[in-house]
Amino acid sequence: MSERLEVLKTYKLYVGGKFPRSESGRVYAVTDSKGRTLANAPRGSRKDARDAVVAARKAFPGWSGATAYNRGQILYRIAEMLEGRREQFATEVAAAEGVNRTRALAAVDAAVDRWVWYAGWTDKLAQVAGGANPVAGPFANWSTPEPTGVVAVIASQRSSLLGLTGAVAPVIATGNTAVVLAAGASALPALSFAEVLAVSDLPGGVVNILTGHPAEIAPTLASHQDVNAIDLTGVAPDAGVASARDLEIAAADNLKRVLRPGPKEPDWTADPGTARMLAFTETRTVWHPTGH
Amino acid sequence: MPSAILADPAEVTSSEAALRRFLHGLPGVDRVGTEARAAMLATRSIKTDAKVAAIDLAIRMIDLTTLEGADTPGKVRSLCAKALHPDPGAPDTPRPAAICVYGDLVAEAKAALGDFGVHVAAVATAFPSGRASLDVKLADVAYAVAAGADEIDMVIDRGAFLAGRYRDVFDEIVAVKAACARGEAAGGGSAHLKVILETGELSTYDNVRRASWLAMLAGADFIKTSTGKVAVNATLPVTLVMLQAVRDFREATGRQVGVKPAGGIRTTKDAMKYLVLVNETVGSDWLDPDWFRLGASSLLNDLLMQRQKLATGRYSGPDYVTVD
Repeated sequence: MSERLEVLKTYKLYVGGKFPRSESGRVYAVTDSKGRTLANAPRGSRKDARDAVVAARKAFPGWSGATAYNRGQILYRIAEMLEGRREQFATEVAAAEGVNRTRALAAVDAAVDRWVWYAGWTDKLAQVAGGANPVAGPFANWSTPEPTGVVAVIASQRSSLLGLTGAVAPVIATGNTAVVLAAGASALPALSFAEVLAVSDLPGGVVNILTGHPAEIAPTLASHQDVNAIDLTGVAPDAGVASARDLEIAAADNLKRVLRPGPKEPDWTADPGTARMLAFTETRTVWHPTGH
Repeated sequence: MPSAILADPAEVTSSEAALRRFLHGLPGVDRVGTEARAAMLATRSIKTDAKVAAIDLAIRMIDLTTLEGADTPGKVRSLCAKALHPDPGAPDTPRPAAICVYGDLVAEAKAALGDFGVHVAAVATAFPSGRASLDVKLADVAYAVAAGADEIDMVIDRGAFLAGRYRDVFDEIVAVKAACARGEAAGGGSAHLKVILETGELSTYDNVRRASWLAMLAGADFIKTSTGKVAVNATLPVTLVMLQAVRDFREATGRQVGVKPAGGIRTTKDAMKYLVLVNETVGSDWLDPDWFRLGASSLLNDLLMQRQKLATGRYSGPDYVTVD
């Protein structure tokens, strides 16, 4: 009997709940930390970014209008689905980041736990960041955090699954929709992670994942007039892509909220707190007359 | 060859039998070939300068349409305002060709549009079903024309057409055409007549070709694919068959007839496909709002967003166009 041929996966983008190839038809070789080719990933184009924003915008009313409880259930479901694929992701993370298996497995477990953590936050953030305001008049007055809209996320290029989770979960937990650019080490684990999202009851378009060259796609997302906020975390000063400053200038055109990158890669294992969730919410205050 | 098809227009319309003989004598449509050609032309890529020109041309060709039971005078006025100033941020944006409304809202649209050259088209003849007596249909047309409609979009009686009563359909179009005439007091002349074939209900391409010729023989100024109210609206292959018909008709009779696909054309990409189809089938003579129209409502916003992208280099979004 002849030897069995291995069936290799064709990595594809995740846009609007579907897995299309790049409209440009291009791919690029993703390498591991030692420069060996791992696989070809789709090389997203400006038009892919545009399509992803359209999908994210379309998904926004449904996702932001869903109850916080329902969003929490879905985020928890993502954790469940990820847990079931621990082994697969440990292998992918180890290959992508060039770490040993123990550390990779720890990163996957931390990512699962992080999804559970954010699932719990969906119906609690309003109590922490909002509240009833005492006012001098016959009014009930509340402040409540509302989602910003479509958020572009330039994901960490080093911490693949945990960094991706740390950036995307807080964005969608509060009801935003996301267009994620996963480059560098993140590309392949991010596209595999899309398979988890696709089976977690997450409505199509809430998270869209693009891979490719940040220098090509990030400026398009930063200047896109229908993107409401951008997370530049993956644009580290030494990341060798279009500088965060240029992207921030492009983002100023339609007054996007910008989450600036820190001086170095964030510690994704640390307690993230509420900072990232609050970065992409806007406080809305409601006045309501009291009395008879 | 087309002149051989139509030796004597008066003879073929002289009787039911002659009309049937002529329409059924038209060459059959090669379904596979037509669909393949339409699909092939749809892959053409229009870029840079050509795209800029095509977007402006497509905007000029739009019949900006609202045909809902819930249409109010206010909605018609806001649509008219949009036709006059499609993109207030870019005053060089051309205006669409016409506003398309129900007959009872023509006066409202006419008043809102003023003398800026945007026409008012009215759907008539018991649109969209066409199921009413001839008297009612003619009254519908006369009412819209009296209210100032520049163009009348009539529907053919599909029931009669499918039953093979071609002469009835023909006579009805002729009667509606006569009803399009304006009185001397209104300056004379005649409202342009667009004949809606409702191709989604005609079943076959052969029927589309026959209905196209029938409408043109009866005096249509335009032939239009659809009402937008049935499951299947304008498609590229159907429009291709109709474009072939107007091309052959001009060759046979010397009279040029316009074409208007309507319904389901929503994106700039869709519009580009139709423009390519026109250019490759009938040539640039038809690449003009006088001879080709796009019946649409949401298409205009997509064209405007693409126009903004080309002007600024940044992708635009729905926040920068009107909510219709």
